[in-house]
Amino acid sequence: MKDTRPTLGFALAVTLWFLGIGVFVLGARRYLPEVASEHGKGIDVMLHYLLVTTGTLIVIGHLVLGYFVFRFSRTARVSPTLPGATAQRFWSVAPAILMTLLAEGGVLVLGIPVFGQLYTQDPPADAVVVEVTGEQFTWNVRYPGADGEFGRTDPALITDANALGVDESDPAADDDMHELALIYVPVNRPVKVRLRSKDVLHSFFLPHHRIKQDAVPGMTIELWFVPNREGEFEIACAELCGFGHYQMRGFLRVVSDEEFERWLAEKREAGRR
Amino acid sequence: MTQVAPAETPVHQKQRFLSRYVFSTDHKTIGIQYYLTGGLMGVLGAFLAALIRLQLTWPTTQWNFLAKLFPTGMEGGFMKPEFYISLVTMHGTIMIFFFVSLVLVSGFGNYLIPLQVGARDMAFPFLNMLSYWTIVPAILIAAASFFVEGGAAGSGWTAYPPLSAVPSAAPGSGLGQTLWLLAVALFIVSFTMGSLNYVTTVVNLRAKGMSMMRMPLTVWSLLIASIIGLLAFPALTAAAIMLLFDRHLGTSFYLPAGLFIAGKLLSNQGGSPLLWQHLFWFLGHPEVYVLILPALGITFDVLVPFARRPAFGYRVTVYCLVAIAFLSMVVWGHHMFVSGMNPLVGEFFSIGTLLITIPSTIIGVNMIASLWGGKLRLTTAAFFAIGTISFFGFGGLGGLFLGNAAADIQLHDTAFVVGHFHFMIGGVTMLAIFSGSYYWFPKMFGRKLSELLGKLHFWMTLVPFYGIFATMHFYGLAGAPRRYYNLSQYAFLEGVRWMPIVITVFAFTLIAGQLLFLVNLVWSLWAGEKAEANPWEATTLEWSAPSPPPHGNWGENEPVVHRGAYEYGNPDAKEDFVPQTVPTHQVPAHS
Repeated sequence: MKDTRPTLGFALAVTLWFLGIGVFVLGARRYLPEVASEHGKGIDVMLHYLLVTTGTLIVIGHLVLGYFVFRFSRTARVSPTLPGATAQRFWSVAPAILMTLLAEGGVLVLGIPVFGQLYTQDPPADAVVVEVTGEQFTWNVRYPGADGEFGRTDPALITDANALGVDESDPAADDDMHELALIYVPVNRPVKVRLRSKDVLHSFFLPHHRIKQDAVPGMTIELWFVPNREGEFEIACAELCGFGHYQMRGFLRVVSDEEFERWLAEKREAGRR
Repeated sequence: MTQVAPAETPVHQKQRFLSRYVFSTDHKTIGIQYYLTGGLMGVLGAFLAALIRLQLTWPTTQWNFLAKLFPTGMEGGFMKPEFYISLVTMHGTIMIFFFVSLVLVSGFGNYLIPLQVGARDMAFPFLNMLSYWTIVPAILIAAASFFVEGGAAGSGWTAYPPLSAVPSAAPGSGLGQTLWLLAVALFIVSFTMGSLNYVTTVVNLRAKGMSMMRMPLTVWSLLIASIIGLLAFPALTAAAIMLLFDRHLGTSFYLPAGLFIAGKLLSNQGGSPLLWQHLFWFLGHPEVYVLILPALGITFDVLVPFARRPAFGYRVTVYCLVAIAFLSMVVWGHHMFVSGMNPLVGEFFSIGTLLITIPSTIIGVNMIASLWGGKLRLTTAAFFAIGTISFFGFGGLGGLFLGNAAADIQLHDTAFVVGHFHFMIGGVTMLAIFSGSYYWFPKMFGRKLSELLGKLHFWMTLVPFYGIFATMHFYGLAGAPRRYYNLSQYAFLEGVRWMPIVITVFAFTLIAGQLLFLVNLVWSLWAGEKAEANPWEATTLEWSAPSPPPHGNWGENEPVVHRGAYEYGNPDAKEDFVPQTVPTHQVPAHS
């Protein structure tokens, strides 16, 4: 009978090479939504670093694995020398050093600083403040108005007309402004979001701004970012919140300073009437 | 049935049908029971996956034949959103708890541990039987939940409260969720019995001469997996009981004050939804390694006999398995970077998580290096084992993205995560299940699986799997959130609309490929090539027993071990392999 080993080995090797290179080629294309926030650039640098490094390792790994399969499927006999202690030690130490530099180095140099900036630094004083409250299945948006303070809320006051349960007797509530699934912000100014939830977990996801934060009932979570591109961007929910999870689409409108002021004035006018 | 010390009664008495095939205490029968039960659940899980793919690819198409099967969930042939979420939830639950866990850990574990350490049976055979018969009601309860009011649980396999805690929060959060919790609780009970058995058997019942460092890597990996399972599962048990209390007894472990759900203000106060996430992932993350580690162990055991060389870096691999197990217990927070947990803690979890890449990479390198200098016998089992290395590499490197807190902000809860964990606890484990099946089938049933069908099965598994789950990584990079019933209204996904279609085509190819395996199983059981005791010329102990081994595994003489697990290419031996039972006065030991 004809020895099928070399043929099988060649076929498997080619498949492995094809898969390794194939995913690299696919991964080299651009999939990320075009970035629209300042810290987002840092996150993209992190992602690109990872795409390049892991992509390279995948290609090298598959080339080597495929080569081994190819080569040792056509050997006539097993190599008489057993792997020595030195070789075994070397091939343990080398990957350890490589991954320490590549994985830990990557996260310490490129990752933690961005993550820390986003989560541990206080927002600048001139930030536009907006409160976003998730509910099944939409986002309630509230601005504090001219006094810079949000009116008190109490879940016991929630009705169909008063989705957040705002206490109307609180003077700070008088000039609060409300929107549904729509956030207006001025471009190039920090935006501070106070994130809350009325019912179950939601997650406030701005794909273009590299923002994702769970909204947790019982907690008010603050985050801030600087949108640096004008336009209308989508908001999605990224934490399973029930059967309408997929419907929690909203919009972030990033506009010029003048337009934002105009919108504010209109809102105020509408609120007074 | 009473168990007497094996030394006194080496050959077991004849058994009746019921005690032999149904209520058996023989670890081999129980292993096969687990294997087949798990396989059946795998078929069910794949069916649910097919329904999910249908919905994601053709979200507005009417499927009349499905309306007959699911009159409520698919009313009029259109899938309801809540039914879709139930499908997602139950697909995950079934695949993780009732397919991979059962086949890989319970199936192979029960079958192989006594045979590979040289024991006649598990340390507690009755407990072993009980463990299997505890999983049966768990499965029935899980399957039944599809047919109760509101349908099966709809809060994901992670069951995050308040969605899972408040019955009015979702249709599936009623009786379906209660049944889900009961099924998972029973699974834990069963798995705990199994793990106790594994640890005790490995520690106490090893054959004479079977030192720890002579154990095959399958046994090592199962031992370590059992230990982390035993340490981690109690957290979920406690969490599940607390969730049941919140649901039915009015406690507030996970429910804060001021919840306003389905038009009503709830009276709970003082709890935190984050508590569940901590407890769940304290189990959930180690559980991943409970599944991955045995897959790696099996891959070594299959790879080595077909490379005809000793496992490269055996000792280092054992240390790495232990290191991964230890690290796996302290990195659960990487599932929670954007959960609202303290971000400083997130940084700790990020650095800790990426440490796992170090032992994992070493294991991967050792696998590849085990091929070096060999004379590869390219059986189907070897093909699948080599495929496992490829999956472990690709899937593992995807973990670098998700363990990295900054990159995870964009990728968390997107299709990237789905692609990643399918590569690891779907792909690495599934390929290990297949390589183990092709490798040990002759031992289990005395016949070999068909090589021709096997090779076809391999090609129809490896390539479509990449097609599905590699594509999902990129779909996630584009921002596609997971657990979405319909993504068509989101404009930011305009450029990647082709991806779900490609994924679905590959998914159905993959499923078709698995049918070949089922055909192969049935056909080979009756007509497969007969196998002798050691068809692969392997060294480990199970091959010293007849195929299939009798009750008690060996005849009158228990095996005695004289050398390490993988003595291939020993220059002092006539043949290129030396079984562990060959005494040193015949061939000097190498390890």
